[in-house]
Amino acid sequence: MSERLKSLYKAVGLPRLIIFAFFVVVFVLAGIYGLGLPSLMGNVLRRWGMYGILVLAMVPSIQSGNGPNFGVSLGIVCGLFGSLVAIELDIANLPIFESHPQIGAWASMLFAMVLAAVIGWFVGVGYGVLLNHVKGSEMTVSTYVGFSIIAFMNIMWVTLPFTSGDIKWPIGGEGARNTITLENSFRGVLTDTLGFSLFGTEETGMYVPTGLLIFFFLMCFFIFMFMRSKKGKAMSAAGANPVFARASGVDVDKMRILGTAMSTALGAVGIITYAQAFGFLQMYNAPLMMGFSCVAAVLIGGASTTRAKISNVIIGTFLFQGILVVALPVANRILSGTDLSDIMRMIISNGIIIYALTKAKGGAVNEE
Amino acid sequence: MKNSIFASAKKGIVSAVKALLSNKVVLMFLILCLFGICTTGKPLSYTVSEVFTRFGRNTFLVLALIIPVLAGLGLNFGIVVGAMAAQISIFWVVYWGFTGIGGLLLCFLISTPIAILLGYLVGRLYNKTKGSEMITGMVLGYFADGLYQFLFLFVIGGVIPLGNSSLLISGGVGVKNTIDLAGNLKYSLDNLSMLLLVRTAAVVYLAASAIAMIVRLMKSKSPDVKKTAIKMAACAAVFGLTFIPAVSGFMGTDRLLLLNAVELASLAAVVYAAGKFVITKLIQKQDVNAKRLAAIAIVAVIAYALTYIQAIYELLTAVLLPVATYALIILLCVFNRWILSTRLGQNMRTVGQSRTVANSSGIDVNKTRIIAMCISTVLAAWGQIIYLQNLGTFSTYGAHTMVGQYAIAALLVGGASVQSANNKHAILGVVLFHTLFVVAPLSAGNLFGSALIGEYFRVFVCYGVIALSLAMHAWKTVIKPKVESTRVESKPPAEADTVETAKQ
Repeated sequence: MSERLKSLYKAVGLPRLIIFAFFVVVFVLAGIYGLGLPSLMGNVLRRWGMYGILVLAMVPSIQSGNGPNFGVSLGIVCGLFGSLVAIELDIANLPIFESHPQIGAWASMLFAMVLAAVIGWFVGVGYGVLLNHVKGSEMTVSTYVGFSIIAFMNIMWVTLPFTSGDIKWPIGGEGARNTITLENSFRGVLTDTLGFSLFGTEETGMYVPTGLLIFFFLMCFFIFMFMRSKKGKAMSAAGANPVFARASGVDVDKMRILGTAMSTALGAVGIITYAQAFGFLQMYNAPLMMGFSCVAAVLIGGASTTRAKISNVIIGTFLFQGILVVALPVANRILSGTDLSDIMRMIISNGIIIYALTKAKGGAVNEE
Repeated sequence: MKNSIFASAKKGIVSAVKALLSNKVVLMFLILCLFGICTTGKPLSYTVSEVFTRFGRNTFLVLALIIPVLAGLGLNFGIVVGAMAAQISIFWVVYWGFTGIGGLLLCFLISTPIAILLGYLVGRLYNKTKGSEMITGMVLGYFADGLYQFLFLFVIGGVIPLGNSSLLISGGVGVKNTIDLAGNLKYSLDNLSMLLLVRTAAVVYLAASAIAMIVRLMKSKSPDVKKTAIKMAACAAVFGLTFIPAVSGFMGTDRLLLLNAVELASLAAVVYAAGKFVITKLIQKQDVNAKRLAAIAIVAVIAYALTYIQAIYELLTAVLLPVATYALIILLCVFNRWILSTRLGQNMRTVGQSRTVANSSGIDVNKTRIIAMCISTVLAAWGQIIYLQNLGTFSTYGAHTMVGQYAIAALLVGGASVQSANNKHAILGVVLFHTLFVVAPLSAGNLFGSALIGEYFRVFVCYGVIALSLAMHAWKTVIKPKVESTRVESKPPAEADTVETAKQ
């Protein structure tokens, strides 16, 4: 019995146990304090779908041997750009959609997603070529490539000649706004589709964003199917053991590029899913640290820096976002008037990444 | 004789230009800076004096990065942790109400043990993640930031009751966003007068050499009495000189005019060249590189002569240097050079080149790396104290966030890489990087009518140069194993193992 427990403990890992225990504790505390569990749960579900696809973007990157994609910001700026173009062209309010505003919103979002994914794919190919040249330090390089691209796009956001009233500042100010409302385009398209409330009214009950969750699971399913296809297996092999893969006739470099391109395109789709649920596009430095949160989520779900599964994404996102959502009101109740959630996000997300890094190489190999 | 001097000078210039051209990053920045300086629309003296201020503020932090590079730990993103140690000590010193140089010394005193402890922990962590120290350091910075915020927002005031301090948020829990250092620590180091500095240095030197001599006598080694006596006499003479009214009047101030600094430096260079020539050639009767000494003297004279050009004169009289801060920077440069000559420094260098070789030659690799981290963290803490006392406002939750990024970017701009860095890289880097920092918003405002573009541009440059240099480093290191693996592949049996180790 104890043997089996030990092996289970080994498989789950200490940090995940701590995080899971923590989640249960805050959840129980929230119940004790009477903080309206149904609405909190609804919030968790919404955030689960919101962040899910961004976290999913880590899978192809890790599986193809590039490590967690800290540079997912590359995909994120592509997604932002796609959305801006959709708003600028005002696709949601084209004359043909006049009688069906709902279809207009869908068209606007799908246009943004397709455009962003295509741009993301091409950017990802270039990025993959770069990462092939820096094998062994992908994480360090990708972090700074991510930071640089955010800073570079900041210049672009200021200078690009957008004319839409939603994008420009109303009076004065240069370039795009800090937050751009999606009221007139595709806000809540996925979230509100087939959404319903359980255990109470819309405000107090548990709102289930069915469309959003279906979309998230659908994307997970696609990636799952891809991973089981011949190409997906070749990609996993290239990541797991490049020498063996090369010997069996897999073009390792090409597979790594494929993984990076998929990851970037998923990042682009992910940020649009995020934005439609949030209701706003967050420009400038807002996505700077998003990559870290995504990496942390997939690691919390049980992935390592070299292996990741779809189940890691689903579990990890739920746990990570769940803790952040539920712990905030609990912390506010215990330590009144202060905001713990951001600090907690920093400690948990970066702590888990450091833990994964210490496990990655097993430490001192070279000296013995 | 004359011809050979020119030839030697020419050789020097040519080699300097060649070194510059071989380092594309430095060259690119030089061009960017020159372009920026030409388009600021402000007088040159403004840019120059800004750059000198920032130089005094930031160089210590950048120099703190050199030792980890030497020990093979790469660019130490973990100096953020040292900055936090400094900020913790500054908070308490301000809370206790200490001011001036006493308060500053107390800051140094408190921050040092904290920084050593944190440096030890960071070193332990780096030993567990060998090969990916940089990404670990980066993530560690954010992780530590979380803990730091927890400390300052909840523990101070919440767990440790502080009463009704003006430093706390009105509820009594958590520290305010900014702490004003004016009136307690601002300029506490910069305002040290040269007179005090020289006299203290002379007394300390006299005491130290006297103690050293007694110790050597007690160990019954025969000390070189004559040499020490001459040195001590010279030191005492300097001490005596400071009591001459003219000298003490000149040195009574805390800021040195750049013009005077150039004059003093030229004088010192000429005296050094002449003295060296006389001592080695005429007293010790040894061969001496006369050409090099002559070149030094000539350059010094030219530099002095240049100060008589009106434009340069105006520039030089517009800048005031805080002497104590600059003296500390020079001391740290000397320390960085000195440590290389010690046994510890040699060990670090060996560890940096190959951990396997170091281990087999009996060096405790892990310990050496931890010591390097401790030194770097302590220096970073001191650097942050110097930075904040010059800045004058301590932004509680923001002062440390960009410390690592800016320091590393500056070092890289100066031509350093992940594997090699020295004082020259640091100094050149700080000058170039901060020139760009000063001129970028001004130029962009002047050229595009938008200062915002310039601000984003300089951030982009900061991240971009780090990304570029990390990528270039990784690119170079990847090429090597590739060659090995193709060579190995012709010998099938050992294939898998060898390639695996080559990758690590």
